Amino acid sequence: MSPRGRLIVGLFGATGLAVLFTLAALGLPGFGGTSHPYGQRTLPNAIARHTPNVVSSINFDQRAFDTLGEELILMASALAAVVILRTVRAEQEDAAGEHSYGRAQVYDALRLTGYLLLPVTLMTGVYIVAHGYLSPGGGFQGGVILGSAIHLIYLSGDYPALARIRPIPAFEAGEALAAGAFVVLALGFAGQVKAMNAVVGLEVGCAVVLALAKFFEQALLVRKQT
Amino acid sequence: MSQLPYLVPGWILLIGVYGIVTSRNLVHAVVCLSVAQSATYVLLLSVGYQRKATAPVFSDIKPTRNVVDPLVQAMTLTDIVVGATATALLLALTVQVAKRRGTVDPDELRSLEP
Repeated sequence: MSPRGRLIVGLFGATGLAVLFTLAALGLPGFGGTSHPYGQRTLPNAIARHTPNVVSSINFDQRAFDTLGEELILMASALAAVVILRTVRAEQEDAAGEHSYGRAQVYDALRLTGYLLLPVTLMTGVYIVAHGYLSPGGGFQGGVILGSAIHLIYLSGDYPALARIRPIPAFEAGEALAAGAFVVLALGFAGQVKAMNAVVGLEVGCAVVLALAKFFEQALLVRKQT
Repeated sequence: MSQLPYLVPGWILLIGVYGIVTSRNLVHAVVCLSVAQSATYVLLLSVGYQRKATAPVFSDIKPTRNVVDPLVQAMTLTDIVVGATATALLLALTVQVAKRRGTVDPDELRSLEP
């Protein structure tokens, strides 16, 4: 189909979607109103179980079984990204220190900022995970911060150092252990919001590191076999 | 017309879909899919919004205080996590497509074999 034909078919579908969506939106209760039947029912339960952050209470206590599915989606897609981005037969992978990427091309101020921010960012991630039941935050949000934090070293221009501090097998094991622990917690001990936050934080952090590691390898180290 | 804010997510969704339809680059298409998906965040949060209410975190407010709907916020969190993983997976596929076919233009990827 030509780009023009595709656009015409797309506009046809988009018009139908726009009309149906507008009709549906006009049938909704007014914006900002007081009718939230499901939300109102979650509040007393969260307060009774001493989880001040109601969103955490819903995710890890009242809907823990649904979060188990979400967690397994996360693990499955991290696994799939690792499998899709593996080194295939016609390619070879270079050692992390073989190329001289960055280092000299990065400003000293940027490098220093990266190294200084690393511990601060790691601590912020741990804080967001650990206080997830009490204040805005939780395992998912903190895990992303933890996983991103160590990539500050890469932004500082030192890929070999990044490769040294994140041994892939350790993170793969951490991912698997955290996923297993979450299955046990969700099926047997739902409501242990603090423990579940910690486990989810570990798993999300490992998944972010693993997926980004594979993208880095593709961009920096994998090339056609010579 | 207190329903007008609900039309914003519909507009975001259509912008994203338009980007996918006219896309000439798979990375661009993946980003447009993220834009289309972010419409669901806006829709969920606007459904849960309540005037003169605060965040559903009771560590420093009275339990009787009005709060916005926490259930849709939890669903938005799920939505963001699933959306991010889908984006990572699609970008990984794009990397492999680029390596195998030497192009990321969907129009040039029509045949099954190069």
